[in-house]
Amino acid sequence: MGDDRLIIAGREFTSRLWVGTGKYKDFVETQKAIEVSGAEVVTVAVRRVNITDRSKENLLDYIDPKKYTILPNTAGCYTVEDAVRYSRLARAAGVSDLVKLEVLGDEKTLFPDTAGLIEAAKILIKEGFIVLPYTNDDPIVAKKLVDIGCPAVMPLAAPIGSGLGIRNPYNLKILMEAVNVPVIVDAGVGTASDAALAMEYGADAVLMNTAIAGAQDPIAMAEAMKYAVWSGRLAYKAGRIPRKLYATASSPIEGML
Amino acid sequence: MSEMIRVQVNGEGRDCHADATVADLLKDLEITTERVAVEVNLEILDRAVFGQRMLKDGDRVEILSFIGGGSFGRR
Repeated sequence: MGDDRLIIAGREFTSRLWVGTGKYKDFVETQKAIEVSGAEVVTVAVRRVNITDRSKENLLDYIDPKKYTILPNTAGCYTVEDAVRYSRLARAAGVSDLVKLEVLGDEKTLFPDTAGLIEAAKILIKEGFIVLPYTNDDPIVAKKLVDIGCPAVMPLAAPIGSGLGIRNPYNLKILMEAVNVPVIVDAGVGTASDAALAMEYGADAVLMNTAIAGAQDPIAMAEAMKYAVWSGRLAYKAGRIPRKLYATASSPIEGML
Repeated sequence: MSEMIRVQVNGEGRDCHADATVADLLKDLEITTERVAVEVNLEILDRAVFGQRMLKDGDRVEILSFIGGGSFGRR
């Protein structure tokens, strides 16, 4: 897989598994899971520093920004204004111009508000941000996001944290055909086969958090996901056989008694 | 002794000296300036001006940093 690189806005990645850093027991577990997963891109959230308890450690003491590409998100933002504000704060905190842009529409589903997403993306792209948008599995919205300058799109497989797997594989396939930028399937993966399937469909990468952090053994699941994404990618490149209703013998008839 | 002022830091009231800068406040709070973002009255400050920006009575200061997160929606 050495020469099979994922390139986004001039940045090159070998691993096609992207991981979040939320919901782990502690920073040591976070660090270990990320290391085992082989991920190079790691998402983080932007929040108030705890000023009353300064003994609390910093995530970036465990996830070295020199080793990993830190991708700040705008999780928890339900308006264009909030998403833009958090993106600017993330950049001011000094990691990079990258942002995983989320404008959420609803607390129950955490589905993206795609109208707000496009509006926020336009503002941020004008300000020089590299916007990776968390979007629906909607090919038309994905095309619009690419048209305004997003160098990749991140459609959901299923609601965030749901573990339901890919709910609409046909839409995702159409979306992948519709855009000429990398597609990172984001959110909804439950287990290794979901990740493999996303890659077999032709996704360029998969981003997950809960599927690893919420597993009974997060470190073991991180490893499972690493191989799932690899094998899914290899199978996609190898090209699967067509589905047929009836059997085709794989042993020759010739030479039988 | 210098005059005291009151500012809001991450939503909590805090007294500080009238001649204090944002850099002084961060130092008081034992926050290293590396990888934090500071917003005063909704204006994001460039790290380079932390040492020059004086705090004024009633300033609303927000100090933010990166925490663990994938995608979650609770405020």
